[in-house]
Amino acid sequence: MTSTSDIDTSAAARRHATQVPYRLFYDQDVYDAEQRHLFRGPTWNFVGLAAEVPEPGDFKASFVGDTPVVLTRDRDGALHCWVNRCAHRGALVCREPRGNRNAHRCVYHQWTYDPAGRLRGVPFRAGIDGKGGAPADFDLARHGLQTLAVATYGDLVFAAFDPAVEALDDYLGAPMRAALDGIFNRPLTVLGHTRQYAAANWKLYAENVRDPYHASLLHLFHATFGFYRSSQPGRIHMDPRRRHCVLESWPADAKAEAARLAAEDVTSYRAKYTLADPSLVTGRPEFRGLQILSVFPGLVVQQIQNTLAVRQLLPKGVGRFELVVTLFGYADDDPELTAIRLKQANLIGPAGFISMEDGHATEIVQRAIADRTAAESVVVMGGYDAADRDDLVNEAAIRGFWQHYRELLGERVGHAPGGDRG
Amino acid sequence: MPPEVTVDKLVLRQAIDDLNAAYAACIDADRLEDWPAFFTDPCLYQVVPRENVDAGLPLALIRCDSRGMLADRVVAHREANIFGPHAYRHLIGRAHIVGEDGALVEARTNYAVYRTWLDSASYGETVLYSVGEYRDRIAVSAGTARLVERTVVVDTARIDSLLATPL
Ligand code: FES
Ligand SMILES: [Fe+2]
Repeated sequence: MTSTSDIDTSAAARRHATQVPYRLFYDQDVYDAEQRHLFRGPTWNFVGLAAEVPEPGDFKASFVGDTPVVLTRDRDGALHCWVNRCAHRGALVCREPRGNRNAHRCVYHQWTYDPAGRLRGVPFRAGIDGKGGAPADFDLARHGLQTLAVATYGDLVFAAFDPAVEALDDYLGAPMRAALDGIFNRPLTVLGHTRQYAAANWKLYAENVRDPYHASLLHLFHATFGFYRSSQPGRIHMDPRRRHCVLESWPADAKAEAARLAAEDVTSYRAKYTLADPSLVTGRPEFRGLQILSVFPGLVVQQIQNTLAVRQLLPKGVGRFELVVTLFGYADDDPELTAIRLKQANLIGPAGFISMEDGHATEIVQRAIADRTAAESVVVMGGYDAADRDDLVNEAAIRGFWQHYRELLGERVGHAPGGDRG
Repeated sequence: MPPEVTVDKLVLRQAIDDLNAAYAACIDADRLEDWPAFFTDPCLYQVVPRENVDAGLPLALIRCDSRGMLADRVVAHREANIFGPHAYRHLIGRAHIVGEDGALVEARTNYAVYRTWLDSASYGETVLYSVGEYRDRIAVSAGTARLVERTVVVDTARIDSLLATPL
């Protein structure tokens, strides 16, 4: 356990972190404040894997919050990220989801930018026959695309609007870096993408991935087919500011498991079925257990059995989010291991046996608060603080998320969460 | 190229269209337990976002390579997975036969699936849920036509909410 001395334990803070006003999930002003001060503020936002843009000239369209951005690799191999909005009159410069080019030309009036976002050409700049064109003092260097700071950790590429953001290593913190080092330790191969669109606020999903409590209660696949999970050992580790969450669990020792099974009475345990084709769960020993690594605000790195994926959480308006999942393996995988990863992908994503419920869970919250209620949720499993935990029956990392959210946005969203109405 | 017309081909196409009509009726009437029988064993049923097909990437949303895996999907659907109660309505286009190799026929067929909510909050609300193409390899012999492979290439790569019921 790490020390809790850096955690604000005052009564107000406790209330703030344990009672989340549903208003934060439906209020347009809150959403706008988040876009401006959180996503476009001092946060590192995941925009892609370096392996998605391996070659000079490669690009990938992405988002930071709801701002369209483009991740590029220049001729020298350096990564750049710029807002996908022409410096002339605002058109999307890059209209394809991904590709390769060394000049990005806006179709509207053909202003042309290099992969770093610098303006390289303006048609008819000198006018025609001495008429028209740009003013004599027009300076290409002053009309580049708006660029973001870019930093990488392993294969993860992050971008930040606010140049005052702390260094990425410090932002991630030691527990997250250690977990990421266990995954991003050699070249990757991208295996594909899935996209999921949910009618719910993005923070409902941010809570979901920091919530080990729901795992065996909402996701019944393992219990249904006799792979019992709820008493699996595990832990929650956070950075000092509690914004990220390293959630790990690993298989229980068999004897302890049998004793627990005998003692427990959980409705989700009902192994009436066995898999007709167990090849789905026949993997290869590779990792110790399961890891769900949530990086504030919108990245989740997951390792479930032999599946490895990044999930990019994108707000799409106050009551909608998109989840872009990218499955990957390693460049040194043999074909059999690749086949295992692809088969186990049945477990994850929008059709995943152990993940499809998460989108639904967020949506039924959003539907239930459609009356714009003043009510608040109750986030008290495992106590009131956001300290690290050595169990999986707690909501400590959700409290950590809200604690940091309040640090960033506090008054701007009405002292959220908890508000000052109580 | 305009297609060559033969009686054999008309009969074959009719057999495949009938297979597709029965397939749609099976899912839309929620007789999912009958769904694996539309396939041979082993087989390949996969739902692949068009995004991955275009990029040459192998990831599928669902990938089953045996009737057993199809049956497991159905058990999970009935017993384990939690999602909003809904019904599908498949509109399946005419089969386009693109190849024949003995008893194995290759066909491509457009589909659209509308999803109607049957839950308390949104009962009766319908959306166009998914459009795309079936890329099939079908074993046709006297008396039966079965899917050796159905690759569902999903244009609607951004899945609305989740994908619980097969397309
Ligand atoms: S808006 Fe891009 S060149 Fe005019
Ligand atoms: Fe979950």
